[in-house]
Amino acid sequence: MKQETVKAQMIETTYREAAKEAIRDAIKRDERVFLMGEDVGRYGGCYAVSKGLLAEFGPEKIRDTPLSESGFTGAGIGAAMAGMRPIVEVMTVNFSLLALDQILNTAATVRHMSGNQFGVPVVIRMATGAGRQLAAQHSHSLEGWYAHIPGIKVLAPATLEDARGMLWTALEDPDPVLIFENVMLYNMSGTLAADAGPVDIDKAAVRRPGHDISLITYGGSLWKTLEAATSLAAEGIDAEVIDLRSLRPLDDATIMASVAKTRRAVIVDEGWRSGSLAAEIGMRIVEQAFWELDAPIGRVCSEEVPIPYPRHLENASIPQAPKIVAAAKAVLGRA
Amino acid sequence: MAEFRMPSLGADMEAGTLVEWLVKPGDHVKRGDIVAVVETQKGAIEIETFETGRIEKFLVDLNSKVPVGTPLAEIWAEGEAEPVVAAAAPPVTPAARPLAAPAPLITPSPPVVPSAVGMRASPAARRLAKERHIDLSTVTGSGPAGAIIYADVERLGAAGAAPERKRAPGLDLNAMRVAIAAAMARSKREIPHYYLEHQVDVTACEQWLTAHNTTLPPDNRLLFGALTIKAVALATRRFPAFNGFYRDNKFEPAQAVHIGVAISIRGGGLAAPALHDADRISLDELMASMRDLVQRTRAGRIRGSEMSDPTITVSSLGERGVEALYGVIYPPQVAIVGFGKVVERPWVIDGAIGPRSVVTMTLAADHRVSDGHAGALFLAEIGKLLQEPDKL
Repeated sequence: MKQETVKAQMIETTYREAAKEAIRDAIKRDERVFLMGEDVGRYGGCYAVSKGLLAEFGPEKIRDTPLSESGFTGAGIGAAMAGMRPIVEVMTVNFSLLALDQILNTAATVRHMSGNQFGVPVVIRMATGAGRQLAAQHSHSLEGWYAHIPGIKVLAPATLEDARGMLWTALEDPDPVLIFENVMLYNMSGTLAADAGPVDIDKAAVRRPGHDISLITYGGSLWKTLEAATSLAAEGIDAEVIDLRSLRPLDDATIMASVAKTRRAVIVDEGWRSGSLAAEIGMRIVEQAFWELDAPIGRVCSEEVPIPYPRHLENASIPQAPKIVAAAKAVLGRA
Repeated sequence: MAEFRMPSLGADMEAGTLVEWLVKPGDHVKRGDIVAVVETQKGAIEIETFETGRIEKFLVDLNSKVPVGTPLAEIWAEGEAEPVVAAAAPPVTPAARPLAAPAPLITPSPPVVPSAVGMRASPAARRLAKERHIDLSTVTGSGPAGAIIYADVERLGAAGAAPERKRAPGLDLNAMRVAIAAAMARSKREIPHYYLEHQVDVTACEQWLTAHNTTLPPDNRLLFGALTIKAVALATRRFPAFNGFYRDNKFEPAQAVHIGVAISIRGGGLAAPALHDADRISLDELMASMRDLVQRTRAGRIRGSEMSDPTITVSSLGERGVEALYGVIYPPQVAIVGFGKVVERPWVIDGAIGPRSVVTMTLAADHRVSDGHAGALFLAEIGKLLQEPDKL
């Protein structure tokens, strides 16, 4: 392929706008694509991702649904099996539990149970994570649970590029793809190439190269981890930061290559510690890279409590940069 | 007193490296016990003893590369007394002198054991210390709580020996490729192959297998491959010119029938270890042995006798979807029988055309030993045996 010689024009945008642009692009590219979910039309989406899209595309493409996650997720699965390419928006991962039966027992199993006769090319987007004082029924990070389920893919876009680019690739996938958007990222602003387009959805990315320790994370925790890496650098510790991007499948190769280089790892995961995705990654490192390790593996996860409402308690309950710095230094014996 | 010697594990093997003892002096062993692991071009191979008795002493150091025939250990029969010191018995060192450079091909197997109670060393540090033969008790740790980390060992070893080639025991696909190249080139250079092909209706086998397997759990079910191996084994009884070795310009027929089963190895390797006495064991035993053999071959744990014993080879690429394969004889064997994929074909039975399951068998045989006429009868005999699977 010819190398682009002219530097692409950059635009100022936000994660929210990038996610919206991804939906607009998909609807324009493929007439089978439509968006459905609670308040995605007239209200413009609970996080305003679809604001303006109803006016632009009309009610056939931007469909408000009744307040029934199981019902409309099931409808999306059925539409996908029948040939459409639906984007189902669920307000938060907490609410997605009402649709868990549809996602696990139907979407993830139909290809298997039909002997490969039917696939479910649905994309289900939802918000995840704490930090907006939405209390214990709207703030959890359960994407690690979904990453447990064979038959689906689970994505966690953390950057503008991924918010813009993962959706189309996910829609191209013949099987269900879940996209988790961290609520603290929607307002994040930055620059994005004006011609930004689809990106791969099966590779982790090294967001900051380093030699002393691998900090492995995803989603909203990426930026806290990068902040921690900057603090560590000031103390002479050169941390590498891995953005998983895909939580299922996990890109073991990138993780192991990093750990083999740094010989130390801390996993940062906003899920609860017990039975977490962080636990899975830690175990894989032990299985595949034990003889490369110079220190026990560390973890920074959420405290094992329902996410509290008061701001100071909410902040204390989830991973933050100082906790990541402390965990990294403990692994390095520099506490 | 008997000597346990470095065995020949193939016509092309000149030397092997002793990498592991599975017994210790004083242990009692009996014929057939696995006593050592030897590293060859074909991978790590488990070696059995042919003697029964007590391991008296080891004669060769671990990781020594020694020529075929070198005594590795002394085995004394039960009740055998210490012999009178032989007058001029020379020390065994001449034979045991390493062949090549003293650097062992693989790292020594004894695990690194912390030599001081409570010493802390990371997995990476332990691995590097083992590779470089560094005693961890001599290393000062700079990690958390004084733990020895990779960099500590690396610093110490930097001036010393260069790190050795890392290599897991077991399969070395590159070395295996070299061995395959040598054997196959020798085969095509020395053996005048002739080739025959014969199509056989195996509907009876399929029907019999279906009936036989209905009530069996998956682990015990018979595969078509077991029938073909058994049929070839039985056919060699009537046609001994295909079962044996061509050595020193003459054919030595083999008494037993040990079928070499061609097993492909993920990543691109091939081995054809022996299924012993395939003509005498039951189909169920044969199937169980075959499963065990495939599993161990792919894990790189083949026994020495299995490498050197095959008297004829059977190869089947059936599942890969080709209808016929023309084998290259593995020297010093004199024949290889190939089975293609079983396919549905229109077939004339009693004057009418009907669908039947058909397989294409091929024979590549050594023209120095047999002629096409005998080969044709041999193939026909295999085909006949496959018509009555219940009698196999």
